[in-house]
Amino acid sequence: MVIDGNRYSDGASDSKEDRVSKTQVPAVEGMFTMEDEPRLIGGKVPGRETYFFPKHVAGGDPGVPGGYELEEVLLSRTGKVWSYTSSDYQPPPPFRPSTDPYVPITVAAVELEKEQMVVLGQCVAGVTPADLTVGTEMELVVDTLYEDDENEYMVWKWKPVAMSDGAAGENG
Amino acid sequence: MEEISILGVGMHPWGKWGRNFTEYGTKAAHDALADAGVDWNDIGFVSGAITVRCGYPGYVAGSTFAQKLGFNGAQVASSYAACASGTTALQVARGQILSGATDVALIVGADTTPKGFLAPNEGDRPDDMDWLRFKLVGATNPVYFGLQARRRMDLYGATQEDFARVKVKNSRHSVHNPRARFTKEYGLEDVMNSPVVSDPLRLLDICATSDGGAAIVVSSMEYAKAHGHLDPVRVAGISTVTPTFPDTVIDLPYIATDSAAQVDRPTRGFKEAIGDRVYAEAGLGPDDIDVAEVYDLSSALELDWYEQLGFCPVGEAEKLLNDGVTTIGGRLPVNPSGGLGAFGEAVPAQAIAQVCELTWQLRGEAEGRQVDGAKVGITANQGLFGHGSSVLVRK
Repeated sequence: MVIDGNRYSDGASDSKEDRVSKTQVPAVEGMFTMEDEPRLIGGKVPGRETYFFPKHVAGGDPGVPGGYELEEVLLSRTGKVWSYTSSDYQPPPPFRPSTDPYVPITVAAVELEKEQMVVLGQCVAGVTPADLTVGTEMELVVDTLYEDDENEYMVWKWKPVAMSDGAAGENG
Repeated sequence: MEEISILGVGMHPWGKWGRNFTEYGTKAAHDALADAGVDWNDIGFVSGAITVRCGYPGYVAGSTFAQKLGFNGAQVASSYAACASGTTALQVARGQILSGATDVALIVGADTTPKGFLAPNEGDRPDDMDWLRFKLVGATNPVYFGLQARRRMDLYGATQEDFARVKVKNSRHSVHNPRARFTKEYGLEDVMNSPVVSDPLRLLDICATSDGGAAIVVSSMEYAKAHGHLDPVRVAGISTVTPTFPDTVIDLPYIATDSAAQVDRPTRGFKEAIGDRVYAEAGLGPDDIDVAEVYDLSSALELDWYEQLGFCPVGEAEKLLNDGVTTIGGRLPVNPSGGLGAFGEAVPAQAIAQVCELTWQLRGEAEGRQVDGAKVGITANQGLFGHGSSVLVRK
């Protein structure tokens, strides 16, 4: 895997400067936590290992076809790539690009081992499809989706574990 | 399963005409009625496939077309199942006929589509999965096609050239199809030089959105016989199945799959189950199929269908393609019409159009693209939010 570590850390420090004057808010409430090691907020069927994401528009488990309220549960924050792709053209609204002009985004579908489910997400800036393969280990981060004059709107994104500080040098 | 007859089929040519969708549906209906030799006033049931892009008239498509043709007192229903809407409308009509509620029915669907990506409804709607995927992930339809294609490459060694060869094949099929929107024959270089939309798929790997309309007249076998249709094309199976929990293949419009931590995955996945259902209804199997029309939203998805419909084992679709099996002249031609790559998607009309093409093929009327001696055909398609769609026709 080839990762441009400098480019990534430059991007991060740019964001930090912006964050001085802007409030970070989730782009949609209640779908993920915003701590240092963020987690997706899922739903779990009581008494069963059946998980859903997102909780607020969850499907059902036909083994227990009703009569329960989903428990709130934090999903695993690491997993392996199930597949990956890109959006080379700017998606239509309600998507809002974080950059002008639009820079193609990479999207990963990541399989969580414990939950045995696949969750989609954008990859952090600097990751291209060429950096990924089925099975690549990924971790969840919270990053900027877009911003306006007051707020920075945050979303979960997938980041290759090998791209994290310290590991990048070994793999670069 | 008891069969029904296809008495007539009709289509308005696909294009980007920009006119009212009812024009396309009405033309298709007139053609289907004329082809069937059935008077509009004898139609007892109108089954409309809904469009969500053309306002209220689109939501009540069955009634809209009935009014355009001149209200005749027929019973009416309108169905929406995204890309599978046409098959659902056919399913509803079959139920009416087999229950004895009506003898002869008209199925019709048409659409006028905007330019560019299909997008969700407007407004701030965080409770709508279709909105969430665009808002938070930027997951357009081609993103999902790209995920499936890239997985095919990593797991089975498929190449971008393999995908491009699907487009090349289908474009060759489309050259003589008067109803196709794109009838240019493309070479491998044309596809490979078109810009990437969602890695590994390029612009010419991905279907456009189009205007179009299609219609079918169906009846009971008794009605067909009594009206001189002695050897009609018959509908032997219809599948509108939903997935079986847990479905762990990511698909439109979801941002996460079901969880298989408690309940094991079913032995047959959703896409496989779509075909299983029509084969079971018809008492036939993949070896009986002479011709297929499958939903090539992307070129790579056509290859997935070869396996999901049982035309070859998993991982061998590229070989089937590259051996020429699925080209007209081969053992099992797929998308002789040119497929979505040549038509572009007119959502509520598309599943109906697939049945129109197979009807012409089984009658030997598919001039310039005829599959010789075709007796059994299958369609396959899927609508987002878990709508399976497949029709098995035979002569």
